[in-house]
Amino acid sequence: MSASLGDRCVAGDVRAIARLISLLEDGDVSAFHALPAFLERAGKAHVIGITGPPGAGKSTLTDKLISRFRNKDLKVGVIAVDPSSPFSGGAILGDRLRMQNHATDKGVFIRSLASRGRLGGLSRATNFGVKVLEAAGYDIVVVETVGVGQSEIDIVRIADTVVLISVPGLGDEIQVIKAGIMEIGDIFVVNKADREGADRVLREIRTMLEIQAMLRRGSSLAPTLSKGIGTDLHHGLGAITGQGSLPGLEAVEAGMEIPPVLKTIAETGEGVDLLAQTILERFDAVAKNGSLAIRRFESVKYQLKDMVSSHAMDFFSGESGESRLDAFAREVNEKKIDIYAASRALFSALIKGETR
Amino acid sequence: MERKIRVVVAKPGLDGHDRGAKVIARALRDAGMEVIYTGLRQTPEQIVQTALQEDADVVALSILSGAHNHLFPRVVELLRENGAKDIMVFGGGVIPEEDIPFLKSKGIAEVFGPGTPTSVTVEFIRTHVRKEI
Ligand SMILES: Nc1nc2c(ncn2[C@@H]2O[C@H](COP(=O)(O)OP(=O)(O)O)[C@@H](O)[C@H]2O)c(=O)[nH]1
Ligand SMILES: [Mg+2]
Repeated sequence: MSASLGDRCVAGDVRAIARLISLLEDGDVSAFHALPAFLERAGKAHVIGITGPPGAGKSTLTDKLISRFRNKDLKVGVIAVDPSSPFSGGAILGDRLRMQNHATDKGVFIRSLASRGRLGGLSRATNFGVKVLEAAGYDIVVVETVGVGQSEIDIVRIADTVVLISVPGLGDEIQVIKAGIMEIGDIFVVNKADREGADRVLREIRTMLEIQAMLRRGSSLAPTLSKGIGTDLHHGLGAITGQGSLPGLEAVEAGMEIPPVLKTIAETGEGVDLLAQTILERFDAVAKNGSLAIRRFESVKYQLKDMVSSHAMDFFSGESGESRLDAFAREVNEKKIDIYAASRALFSALIKGETR
Repeated sequence: MERKIRVVVAKPGLDGHDRGAKVIARALRDAGMEVIYTGLRQTPEQIVQTALQEDADVVALSILSGAHNHLFPRVVELLRENGAKDIMVFGGGVIPEEDIPFLKSKGIAEVFGPGTPTSVTVEFIRTHVRKEI
């Protein structure tokens, strides 16, 4: 049944696409049989991550970006992630509320996902959703996630282009400087530019990016930074920044490249043309200069590791997994074996694939 | 494994009050369901495409404008045209008692009046949507 479900997705069957995303989200083993049907289109879609704090205007901006991409006759898929309630496990998924103008457009497919509090599982579910939409023929897949600090979703491993959204008036220093966050942005957006303080946020971001670029340059001075996620990925991108997104002057003088920083008013659509153009031009540039391929290769390696370790965790869950752990835990407690030796013994049981 | 029940909460018609829809959305969330909230003034076409793309089990329609006899059956009809007659549709809002038999004959699973406790709606969904795999 699932093999044909995969074929139906490739043929663009909306119900099949929707159902398969659910099954993959639930980790339904039969659903994974559909994945080989997707190999032919693998890598064809441009995956764009839109990340930023709640209320920054991510959904509104996504809505406007969909229009721009549709004007270029690109088919657009959207995966919008919202948090689940930690109390009930339920969720109100309101992202698509702002995108309903596109609900009946056959060239647009919008899917909401709840975070469901799964550690690491959300990234996997999101990534599978992206794969399904890609296989179904969507040229662009936008992934909207709440970012900045609290996100367990590894957007940089899913998206080819990460757009980081900030807004004025959120206690800017804190939101901009959040460790690790600046590093993942390929394009920076200050939304709600109709509000006071937008230019200051813009300048702060540029300053941060310039400092980052300087540190990266003297990478021997900052080995941890230069090894950070995505730091190699900005090479050769400075040249494509459009008007209004000129990198900081000092950085230019120093021959450094920083990612574009743009202002938008998502509500009115102001600045969105330039943003869409910047996103697409950057993608073309990284596709041509080979850094896209490198990034995707690294992401696949990362995802492989992640999925293998999740298989390993499966080995130790359920009744047989528990009893396996119990046996060794008992021996450790009775001082018959040290914990390191016990873990090695369990690990070799895993490798031998001992029957569950 | 138990799967999450997914409900599209939509307001067809032209009235601008979504308080009722928001109340039911929160009640369903608090009952552990995943609610896709689409907001005001949705056409049957928008509602149906949303239900399809979101792999919804249930569509909950809320209306105050009095156009339910046209809009509710239209949603059911479009779902059927799209091969999705398994998606359950129920309605709420201001709906005269005498319209209910007609709506049910058109495939609306249930109609809940303004005073209905949300727990009744929650229970109704739970008993009519069984999700196991
Ligand atoms: N003033 C102003 N409000 C905006 C702008 N963009 C979005 N908003 C509003 O900000 C609120 C949150 O927007 P939303 O797109 O849902 O944010 P998200 O949580 O990041 O997805 C909504 O009320 C929007 O109408 C903007 O450029 N300027
Ligand atoms: Mg949103």
